[in-house]
Amino acid sequence: MEKINVSMKVNGKEENLTVEPRTLLVHALREHLEYTGAHIGCSSSHCGACTIDMNGKSVKSCTVFTPQAEGADILTVEGIGSPDKLHALQEMFKEHHGLQCGYCTPGMIMRSYRFLQENPDPTEDEVRFGISGNLCRCTGYQNIVKSIMAAASKIRDEEKVNKKEIA
Amino acid sequence: MIPSAFKFYKPDNISKAVSLMKDFGEEARVIAGGHSLIPIMKQRLTDIKHLIDLSGIDEIKGINITGDEISIGAMTTQVELINNEELFQKAPIIREASLQIADPQVRNLGTIGGNVANGDPANDMPGLMQLLDATYKLSGTNGSREVKARDFYEGAYFTSREDDEILLSISFESPSGGYAYEKQKRKIGDYATAAAGVIIKVENNKCSSASIALTNLSDTPVYCNKAVDMIVGKEIDNDLLDRVTKTCVDQSDPVADQRGPVEFKKYVAGIVIKKALKRAIERV
Amino acid sequence: MDDVKTPSSEERKSALSGLGTSRKRVEDARFTQGKGNYVDDIKLKGMLFGDFVRSPLAHARVKNIDTSAALALPGVHAVLTADDLRPLGLHWMPTLAGDKQMVLADGKVLFQGQEVAFVVGDDRYAVADGVSMVKVEYDELPVVTDPFKAELKDAPILREDIADQKEGAHGARRHPNHIFTWEAGEKEETNKVIDEAEVVADEMVYYHRTHPCPLETCGCVASMDKVNGKLTVWGTFQAPHAVRTVASLISNIPEHNIRIISPDIGGGFGNKVGVYPGYICSIVASIVTGVPIKWVEDRMDNLMATAFARDYWMRGKISATKDGKITGLWCHTTADHGAFDACADPTKFPAGFMNICTGSYDIPVAYLAVDGVYTNKAPGGVAYRCSFRVTEASYFIERMIEVLALKLGIDSAELRSKNFIKKEQFPYTSALGWEYDSGDYHRAWDKALEAVNYRQLREDQKKQLQLFKDGKSRKLMGIGLSHFTEIVGAGPVKNCDILGLGMFDACEIRIHPTGSAIARLGTISQGQGHATTFAQILASEIGIPASDITLEEGDTDTAPYGLGTYGSRSTPVAGAATAMAGRKIRAKAQMIAAYLLEVHDDDVEWDVDRFSVKGAPEKFKTMKEIAFASYNQAIPGVEPGLEAVSYYDPPNMTYPNGAYVVVMEIDVDTGVSDIKKVYALDDCGTRINPMIIEGQVHGGLTEALAISMGQEIAYDEQGNVMTGTLMDFFIPTAWETPTYETDYTVTPSPHHPIGAKGVGESPNVGGVSAFSNAVHDAFKPFGLTQAHMPHDHWRVWKIAKDLGLHN
Repeated sequence: MEKINVSMKVNGKEENLTVEPRTLLVHALREHLEYTGAHIGCSSSHCGACTIDMNGKSVKSCTVFTPQAEGADILTVEGIGSPDKLHALQEMFKEHHGLQCGYCTPGMIMRSYRFLQENPDPTEDEVRFGISGNLCRCTGYQNIVKSIMAAASKIRDEEKVNKKEIA
Repeated sequence: MIPSAFKFYKPDNISKAVSLMKDFGEEARVIAGGHSLIPIMKQRLTDIKHLIDLSGIDEIKGINITGDEISIGAMTTQVELINNEELFQKAPIIREASLQIADPQVRNLGTIGGNVANGDPANDMPGLMQLLDATYKLSGTNGSREVKARDFYEGAYFTSREDDEILLSISFESPSGGYAYEKQKRKIGDYATAAAGVIIKVENNKCSSASIALTNLSDTPVYCNKAVDMIVGKEIDNDLLDRVTKTCVDQSDPVADQRGPVEFKKYVAGIVIKKALKRAIERV
Repeated sequence: MDDVKTPSSEERKSALSGLGTSRKRVEDARFTQGKGNYVDDIKLKGMLFGDFVRSPLAHARVKNIDTSAALALPGVHAVLTADDLRPLGLHWMPTLAGDKQMVLADGKVLFQGQEVAFVVGDDRYAVADGVSMVKVEYDELPVVTDPFKAELKDAPILREDIADQKEGAHGARRHPNHIFTWEAGEKEETNKVIDEAEVVADEMVYYHRTHPCPLETCGCVASMDKVNGKLTVWGTFQAPHAVRTVASLISNIPEHNIRIISPDIGGGFGNKVGVYPGYICSIVASIVTGVPIKWVEDRMDNLMATAFARDYWMRGKISATKDGKITGLWCHTTADHGAFDACADPTKFPAGFMNICTGSYDIPVAYLAVDGVYTNKAPGGVAYRCSFRVTEASYFIERMIEVLALKLGIDSAELRSKNFIKKEQFPYTSALGWEYDSGDYHRAWDKALEAVNYRQLREDQKKQLQLFKDGKSRKLMGIGLSHFTEIVGAGPVKNCDILGLGMFDACEIRIHPTGSAIARLGTISQGQGHATTFAQILASEIGIPASDITLEEGDTDTAPYGLGTYGSRSTPVAGAATAMAGRKIRAKAQMIAAYLLEVHDDDVEWDVDRFSVKGAPEKFKTMKEIAFASYNQAIPGVEPGLEAVSYYDPPNMTYPNGAYVVVMEIDVDTGVSDIKKVYALDDCGTRINPMIIEGQVHGGLTEALAISMGQEIAYDEQGNVMTGTLMDFFIPTAWETPTYETDYTVTPSPHHPIGAKGVGESPNVGGVSAFSNAVHDAFKPFGLTQAHMPHDHWRVWKIAKDLGLHN
């Protein structure tokens, strides 16, 4: 099979891959680059477990061919926080029991990550609509919504502090 | 759920894309957002040897509004349609309908061009384009041409687009009057059990112009010309709306699937059409 | 001693994060950072991939399989067919239900999606190409999808391999497509009571076919190390030890040379209890190729081929006196088991615990018969987030109660209350033979009705009905009630085994010198948070903070033998083993403490995290000190170290119960239901971690919502699966899911060491009835008695249409 070179930035790092053009982005990330945070739940763009951030938008990486991501700036769940400094969403999902088996969690967090930038002060209904491309089989979403609301509030508070410090 | 192998091309202008289409004929397909195409490629329901990515072609992106003339590049994503304030001012029904398509991630990549050109009767945009009496601009080996949306659809996945043609843009005039797009579905991410769009102008309780179209209620989107003829020029009352609704339903021809049997779909079609009519009239 | 303020017992207790605290989960750090380790994350050196050629037909003879074109592809290494497995005796495998199942199609296929050949290649892409190049010639055979037609005289014979066998694993077979008849209770007496009863309600209740559909599908990585003769298999196994034993028995690899590892599991819900052809083929392929093989099914494979649930046609009769005292219950169930009987039930219970179908009610006499039949559908029959067939049983009785209430013309809330088993009747032996351990149903019921303001709801419903009748609204309001009694925690070895393995479970604890600990269990979490909650049980038992206890499960080389996690058995069985092992630790710690304090063993007493001298609490040894002493002092008559293991054979099942109320508004024209309220009161005995209990209830309710309102595995008459993707297989998103109200009562289990009963499955069991009853209730004024699930838009619309509500 003919392979091609694709370059992209993943979690701030330039990556070069040689893949078959049909390689799905989720496989490129998981198997070639070993970012296994994004999961495969349905392969048909319904479940959202493979959600990542691509060029500032949430996308389902099971429905993108790797060459379509040429030059893209990609962020996965591995890139939004660190063990020493978790992202507010990671912290709040832990705090409010926003996960059980953990399989949907990276996709859910990555969708919420972008959603809260699109809408920093959402209502619960807006959160539910905002994460409606992500399925969870364990939690019934109630604690996920709670976690996202709490993270939104934490992020807003942090930003207020940052603004004050700058001022 | 793994597609068969293909060669990948990313031309930076339309003529290069068209020439690739010509070279490879039936073995070539263009890819826009990919959210209709990639799933069927994964199921190997189609055998594509050459995949032409249109995302590098700037001339078919973006929304242009000049006065009441609206032109939308084929590669414009659903989310761009939703977020464009000027478009919302000029044609608010686009946002209303787009928000009912798929889910946030899919709308981030799904394009209006892919949605209208694919010929899938379950897609919402083709119905909407019937409603708006849109014109599609296509480019192929024999140059460019324009086709009315109302003439474009021939059957499920069959359109008047030639194999070497690429959809460039969609244009329509800013509609005036009340509007509504009503869609019943089982859940977010589902196609319509039945959906209907209405744009209507009413003056002194008399309908001065109207447009009605249906989604997923036939093997093509349905423009309800008979119903439109019936309502234009008439005094609006409930009885008229019932007759108009029935005329629309008579023009539908849905197929049974997991959403339900034909009888149910026709009944629900009546409900969503009536709702859309009423809501559109309220918004006049 | 310096004047340092000693923390009080309460302060020390709270520092343990033991029983009853909403301890945050220790699992979440890795999951939120994308560092979970699921089977598809495993990557071994030289690993190849495998996948199946599957049958597009539901019933056909396989005339020929041509693998040459596939083998000619550069990335394809091997293609296995039944002929390759036959010399190893692995072309068929035993099922959990005493039947056998084809691993790869042996002469014929019996359901759409059946495994026909296994292609091994470099990566998923090469394998998929290989799969598409295998040419299979089929001769179509007539298809049976209706279980009631399976036993007709001229029905096509599905299982030709056993066509002449008159005896199956569960007794006599009366037709080649008949699997078993299973009976419980008093047939004659029940018939007599029903024949002579003042009031009898008679109804067919169908609980449709569905699927557990965890977000992670099934898969494995099999690695045969030929140098050391050791086979290691990582996989989505809810019962890793059982898999090891089965793998050894059918492969003849000695059990000590097999290591089964369940890594993180992305939800199970029963889907991952069974043994699937993918596991067998991966193992064989690894033996053949000498390298590790990964197989992960995709979603369509998952929905088509592994582990359906339900599909019970339950015909019932319930009798009562005119004033509503239930006198008898009769049930005949036709169970559609698909092409192979691969139901995951304890051996002696081919219909699971369907005989819990007397529910929460004091019913003097009852009879149940279940007939299992073969059809051209996928095998499975797993307990989808319920104990074995308990949700079917509970749905059956909760529908029968509603139908009886209609017949009697009384409120079903009152009918339930009138017939509940009373608190003082526990332990209560049911007419079908179970001994219910404890419960206070009236208290729970009254609390629930008050919490939702039941009377007011009925008033609101009347008003809405009037609006509807006056033509002012097209919506009806439905109030769905359910009270359920589960039977979980399988189970006592005397009557519960799987493939001859008693259903005990085990815990092994090792205390380290510095006073922290590791505990290993025979269970495996799939999201339930065992590493969090079992540490809490131990913290309370041995006085070591939960945060200092590591929990390990799922590796058969290190964990003690146990039967795994399903049927809400982890807390009732392994949780009990944990407490009992903890008590052994404490007993030894007591001897050490007494020695260190220079008093007699009986002169020290336990105080949260220490032993102190009776009457002199200032003289004490903490568990930390005791742990260190156990490693560094020679104590006469006591072995060094501080370890214990407990294999716990529960004396009885546990019987969690609860009271649920659902309120919905239904649009009769569109069939759309708008859920207005979901109230769930659970009594799961002692509550280990309220936060986790609540999370389990939310999740289970959402699965109940899905099942009752739309989720199904549907077949057409040719046996084609019509619901193979997540577009058609209904899983609600956050948008369609309501917000839930949870509540509880606590009636501890008298026989469980800490009084816990298990909760993970209760909301599914109670929820399905409550949602379905709400739909029925909305249409009750127009004469609806029974309408089958799922209550999706068109079926609800059909109810309204058939009742003449569309004018």
